[in-house]
Amino acid sequence: MPNHDVLVIGAGLAGQRAALAAAEAGVSVGIISKVHPVRSHSNAAQGGINAALNEDDSWESHAFDTIKGSDYLADQHAVEIMTRAAPEELLHLEHLGVTFHRNEKGELGTRAFGGASAARTYYVADITGQAIMHVLYEQLMKHSEDVERYEEYFTSELALDDDGQCVGAVCRNIKDGSMELFGAKAVILATGGNGQVWKPTTNALICTGDGIAMAYRAGAKLMDMEMVQYHPTTLAGKGFLITEGARGEGAHLLNAKGERFMERYAPNKMELASRDVVSRAEQTEINEGRGFPDGTVALDITVVPRKRIHEALREIVLVGKDFAGVDITREPIHIKPGNHYTMGGVKTDVEGRTEVPGLYAAGEVACVSVHGGNRLGANSLLDTLIFGRRSGVDAAERAKGRGPARPSKRTLDAEEAKIADLIGREKGSGRRVSEIKLELGQTMDGKVAVFREAEGLNEALETVKRLQEEAKTCYVDDHGTVFNQDVLGAIELDFMLDNAEATCVAAIHRTESRGAQFRTDFPERNDEEWLKHIDLLLKDGASEISYSNVTLTQWEPQERTY
Amino acid sequence: MSEFKLKVRRFKPEEGDGPYWESFKVDLEPTLSVLDGLLQAKDREDGSLSVRCSCRAAICGSCGVKINGQSTLACKTMLEDAQHEADRTSANGKPAEIVVEPMGNMPVLKDLVTDMESTHWAKIRRVTPWLIPDGPPPEGEYIVPPESMIDVTQSMACIQCGACVSSCLSMEADPDFIGPAALAKAYRFAGDPRDGQAEERLHDLANDPHGIYDCTHCFSCIDACPKGVAPMDQIMRLRRMAGDEFKIDDHNNGYRHETAFTKIIEKKGTLDESLLLQESLAPGVKGKLIPRPGAIKGLLESIPTAIRGLRTGKMRSLPKLIPGVHPKLPDGAQDQVKKIYAHSEEHHYELNLYIRGEEADDEAPVPEAEAIPEAAIVPEPDESEAGQ
Repeated sequence: MPNHDVLVIGAGLAGQRAALAAAEAGVSVGIISKVHPVRSHSNAAQGGINAALNEDDSWESHAFDTIKGSDYLADQHAVEIMTRAAPEELLHLEHLGVTFHRNEKGELGTRAFGGASAARTYYVADITGQAIMHVLYEQLMKHSEDVERYEEYFTSELALDDDGQCVGAVCRNIKDGSMELFGAKAVILATGGNGQVWKPTTNALICTGDGIAMAYRAGAKLMDMEMVQYHPTTLAGKGFLITEGARGEGAHLLNAKGERFMERYAPNKMELASRDVVSRAEQTEINEGRGFPDGTVALDITVVPRKRIHEALREIVLVGKDFAGVDITREPIHIKPGNHYTMGGVKTDVEGRTEVPGLYAAGEVACVSVHGGNRLGANSLLDTLIFGRRSGVDAAERAKGRGPARPSKRTLDAEEAKIADLIGREKGSGRRVSEIKLELGQTMDGKVAVFREAEGLNEALETVKRLQEEAKTCYVDDHGTVFNQDVLGAIELDFMLDNAEATCVAAIHRTESRGAQFRTDFPERNDEEWLKHIDLLLKDGASEISYSNVTLTQWEPQERTY
Repeated sequence: MSEFKLKVRRFKPEEGDGPYWESFKVDLEPTLSVLDGLLQAKDREDGSLSVRCSCRAAICGSCGVKINGQSTLACKTMLEDAQHEADRTSANGKPAEIVVEPMGNMPVLKDLVTDMESTHWAKIRRVTPWLIPDGPPPEGEYIVPPESMIDVTQSMACIQCGACVSSCLSMEADPDFIGPAALAKAYRFAGDPRDGQAEERLHDLANDPHGIYDCTHCFSCIDACPKGVAPMDQIMRLRRMAGDEFKIDDHNNGYRHETAFTKIIEKKGTLDESLLLQESLAPGVKGKLIPRPGAIKGLLESIPTAIRGLRTGKMRSLPKLIPGVHPKLPDGAQDQVKKIYAHSEEHHYELNLYIRGEEADDEAPVPEAEAIPEAAIVPEPDESEAGQ
């Protein structure tokens, strides 16, 4: 049984940062990932990372923008921690070797981003997430004696001891199908978001909400699950992301009549209002018949100088060319709002601790909450790094005072039995996994999207519950051991359905409109009743709802205009 | 919707049989990708078909495969393009199936899944792939020329998909060749002004018999790379740094061979094979009068190669081995070659897609007025000057 002081599950930015921080604190670290670490979805973060580093900027301004962007649902003490720590973290990355864009003097240079009152987004062309993640992986290779990597290991269950503390996890080695029980004095979940619950989505196929579901089953609370970000600029049908950096560089949004419609919705910030506002504006244009016949509006990047496009937006030149057949330097590209980010997740404190002792969460899987009802662009990379690091440090501290973890073999046996049962089902015993996933994704995109109302949400929840039943009899074709992706897909389906249920329950419950949750039957924000988080706890197979207060420090909720 | 046929090379290690071919019919928009096709086959027909994939947008680097023999990403290859290519190269002129195979130069684990750890990643680790600055970092950021960051960002754009490794012809001949991906990664550090070990890195890579001089300029990696990293260009940059900037006289005779090669062509217009070996091992009159250590041994050791060259026709005939018999180029072409040399000396700059964006320009010719302004082409500082 592999045993570590700290076990990190997931190896995107949050996981790698947590592992490096824990190793630096002098404990033994294992990091597990179901894909090779550099395949993780942090890659897809194109635009940049926010930090108030310039002399004429301040962490308070960054914090206020973040809180206003969150529609006042973010916990302000957590936002303060994140925005204060941002400049130091950014410089740390630069020192490790991230090739950040420079200004003419050779200093770090910035670009503008949505919802921000200053240009404070630092970037590497439009491959910022990729550039940072590959540099962190360089550091993991450098510190291979301190951090053991388990690449292509799939985690299917957390191991708890009799006191309910998290003491490890059960994983399947994807390369040979062997099941292993990992022991750890602290476990950090860094498994990312759940975008695959929606179809289409900008998220990678691996973003199936594994950590959210596993923590929920282990007794951790989920928070803000109704808050699901729709990104304003995704390619219709395929869901590919066009970075907000395009609008940061000056691109316009146009409806089918050629009008720059953001004038009507956000006269000051225009295209750079926060994402929920822009997505709603686009969806309104489309719903009211001013979109294109394919249900889109247009993003016009041709107003940006060509040299600048090639230098700063090269990745989306390729995305436009390869996936839409459009040369974005010469013609507008059709886009629409698409599922993008999970603001909610496993409820944690500012050290990454969940409600289950020994279990931590950081990055998109977690809800601290620094994003509240709507995340600002270029704050997600920051979130992963700051709270990844803090989780790593705190988990190392916890581990130092403890004897070796001894997870029970019962958990391993139960997981092995579950997989044996799955493989043992006869072909045709139920629906195909892919059919259930498709129905789930289309249901969620149809009914739990930019505009929501009670009837649709309840229908979605009913569908999810039916699909949960159907998943119990679905079958897999692959009965082998090596790289059996079929079995993993069925386990992921269960995770996705748990995520979907929690989202529907919370979205039905919040009878107001705030951030990404816009209820057409309750179109106003209602601070009196709803300036609070919805927490969910799994009890006897059902979601038990409770509330927690939003922490306010120095920013009173105001009306939100851009 | 259109129907496509994918012919997939499959391998199930548990069954003890060798690889076999299986065809799948898929029904998809022609602008969707070969990966979409594979996933539809997996979803509808056979869930045991294995292919690594995640982002579907050519960012994560998971789905490196060979399509119709060409190493690439399955998610970045449109079905209609793959079909067109299959038909174009079909032997009997009839519509062909799209052929999908696992990447080359790597062991296959299952179906389209290869073992990248023992090949690709082991080689990446070989080049000490992390920044090694001189001394502790500054209080703020490192102040560096803006172009230098754009320059190394081209190799930073590598997503480690392995397509270049899969296509590398040198690696087919020498499996120990460090290879295009790892060497491009090495340039990312050697070319980074914050790294303090450029010279040590270059000594290491120039003197390793499987290092920078093991590349044969075949361009396969540049063709295969889905991200415009142009690994071979990065290898050539490493060579220029090693030879021109740091004057590294490697044990592999690499720099001297390269110098001799270019000088002979400058002088004669085409390659005079009879001079190549002697000029690389014992250049010029001086090199012949006072042979450097190992030169004579090297020349003697090359005799079997020369004989093999004669026998296979690579060195065309015995008289050609006599210096001075090399035919001259007709019609003053010789002067034209010299002009090319002079021009390239004068207009030396590195191609960098992040600066030039030339890839987007070569497909649709740009009307004169819309062409990239001259300012868009930012020449890099001459490397040899930058090093002084």
